[in-house]
Amino acid sequence: MSDAILSDPEPILVLEPGRAERHYWRDLWAYRELFAILAWRDVAVRYKQTVIGALWAVIRPFLTMIVFTLVFGRLANLPSEGAAPYSIMVFAGMLPWFLFSTILSEASSSLVGNANLIGKVYFPRIIIPSSSAVVALVDFAVNLAMLFVLMLWYGFAPTWHIVLLPAFVALAVMASLGPALLITALNVKYRDFRFIIPFIVQFGLYVSPVGFSSAVVPSYLRFWYSLNPMVGVIDGFRWCLLGGESNLYLPGFLLSLGVVVMFLWAGVAYFRRTERSFADLI
Amino acid sequence: MAADIVIRAEGLGKKYVIGHQTDNVRYVALRDVLSHGVRNAWQRTADMFHGRVSASGHTTEEFWALRDVSFEIRRGDVVGIIGRNGAGKSTLLKILSRITEPSAGRVSIRGRVASLLEVGTGFHPELTGRENVFLNGAILGMTRVEIRKKFDEIVAFAEVERFLDTPVKRYSSGMHVRLAFAVAAHLEPEILVVDEVLAVGDAEFQKKCLGKMDEVAGHGRTVLFVSHNMQTLSSLCSRGIVLAEGKVIADAGMEQAIAAYTVQVAKQSSSTPHILYDSADSKSGADSAIIRVELLDQAMAPKIVLPSCGSVIFRIWMRSNVAIPQGSVILSLRTAGGSTLAKFETNPRHIQPLRQTGDHYVDCRIDSLPLMPGQYFVSVGLAHYGVRLIDWKMDIGTILVAEPTAPAIEMSGYPEGPLVIEHRWIAESAPQARLAAGSTP
Repeated sequence: MSDAILSDPEPILVLEPGRAERHYWRDLWAYRELFAILAWRDVAVRYKQTVIGALWAVIRPFLTMIVFTLVFGRLANLPSEGAAPYSIMVFAGMLPWFLFSTILSEASSSLVGNANLIGKVYFPRIIIPSSSAVVALVDFAVNLAMLFVLMLWYGFAPTWHIVLLPAFVALAVMASLGPALLITALNVKYRDFRFIIPFIVQFGLYVSPVGFSSAVVPSYLRFWYSLNPMVGVIDGFRWCLLGGESNLYLPGFLLSLGVVVMFLWAGVAYFRRTERSFADLI
Repeated sequence: MAADIVIRAEGLGKKYVIGHQTDNVRYVALRDVLSHGVRNAWQRTADMFHGRVSASGHTTEEFWALRDVSFEIRRGDVVGIIGRNGAGKSTLLKILSRITEPSAGRVSIRGRVASLLEVGTGFHPELTGRENVFLNGAILGMTRVEIRKKFDEIVAFAEVERFLDTPVKRYSSGMHVRLAFAVAAHLEPEILVVDEVLAVGDAEFQKKCLGKMDEVAGHGRTVLFVSHNMQTLSSLCSRGIVLAEGKVIADAGMEQAIAAYTVQVAKQSSSTPHILYDSADSKSGADSAIIRVELLDQAMAPKIVLPSCGSVIFRIWMRSNVAIPQGSVILSLRTAGGSTLAKFETNPRHIQPLRQTGDHYVDCRIDSLPLMPGQYFVSVGLAHYGVRLIDWKMDIGTILVAEPTAPAIEMSGYPEGPLVIEHRWIAESAPQARLAAGSTP
């Protein structure tokens, strides 16, 4: 039988217990069109369904920025980073934060929301949470445009650092996908895991340097503060968008990077291990 | 694997773990509860990290939906898979289409498999017909280029040209099904796996779909087909695999397979419950709801297989919170193909079945069931007579009609159609003489 397989031009697919993931990454590549079309569907539906949906993407960061600028900048009188206006600094930190929180909440509900697909067709399941991350990226693009308008308003010019923005966006997506995949997979079996998300999003907003600069954190704590992966991501964004006005604290950034990679690895590994049973559980 | 074998299943098994709650223990020490809870929590956490499926409950039971299933399918075979509900048909299709993985054994598949376990998987109501064609096509495994090439053909098949840019949520259910099936019908995989999907849509369109399926099968494509419609199966498939309780009990030509299936169902009938439908435990806030439907024979004994031309009683149980004097009960029979054969409704002038509150029943008695052997769908409902439906349970159960027990009616040579109509053939006394007379006036 094995000789026949070797000489045969048509590939033979073997399904066996525990064998499903052998060609995982190749399969994933083969299903790239499905990924694209699911992502397109999510975006189309989001912007088709509600005018408010589109408007929401503008209003939410705008109001958050105003409140944070007032509370942290004016009332608490915290310093900005270098010469950057406080509201621009807040906005630069909010960009990755909203990307993170949107991916986390969209992805975690995506599998259960697409239960009928999972029960009826095969495809690498990781496509679903990943494609819902694309919706978050579209919102991100809207927010980024808002930031540029804000910069024009203040007459604040970014430096060459901005060239590296795509790399930091990729980092932010990776930082979000790791925990998102982990919670998504857990949520299939233990539906109560989705209740963790609002908590992470709300709590995280205050423990991450969104409304303030991470420079206000006492220096002896700064390294450990970076255990929160979003600290590195947000610092990176500020370095990139605010130019030389913001210094990147390198050891902390590397620590955050390490945590991001660890979460991503754990998320993907756990997702892959459990996805075979999704159809039986969902 | 020989070159012309496209699917080979060897000792295939699929196990599910079901949890049971043992609540009937009278004395429970807190110590036990705690230790049990801890053990359970530990077990579940371990399961979680190993990615195993664990079931909740105090005791778990293994259930094999498929067990030791082996078969080979050659290129170009059109195979029908037959079995009662719960025999493992759907599980088998799910394994073959990679939705779930087997717990034992292995399957080797050569070529691209497209599975059609449902019509219109992934259709999104907010998107237009055009957008949904691309979405659904991609979900079924077509590439964008392929879909674009076949787009006009798909739209023509579905007859929805005028509504292409209308959101699907505004489609009638018929249009919805037509469009969905049209996409599926234009799949061109080497192996097509189809679950019972033709039981939808109007009769005209069903015929068109069957024609398309026939065409697909005729093109040398390998097709695996699950259906309850024996007529469809015997016209489309050359071979049948019969499953019962997760095992293959027959693998032969279609006619033999159907015969084996009928025998098996009849054999099981003594042990299987006569209850077509039961939801007595469910709580419903409705004024009145159907909770149970039983099949009884004249002696009020439970019954599952009904002999053709025999008598049967449908006992319909309902639960009412409100008395509805003008209420009525409806019983309807449909063929496996989906066309309605008969629909009966009580008339409040003669009988008021919904006059009482609480749980009660009404019997519908048919003295001579005029149905040909085969499977039929039963639907029951409650209504405000002539005003509106209160509860409608579509196709809640299937009844199996077997060959008549008494030679009361003569089954003519090769009967077709669902109905038994009492009839006689009468030969003319002297045909030749008359013909001669008629031809030479």
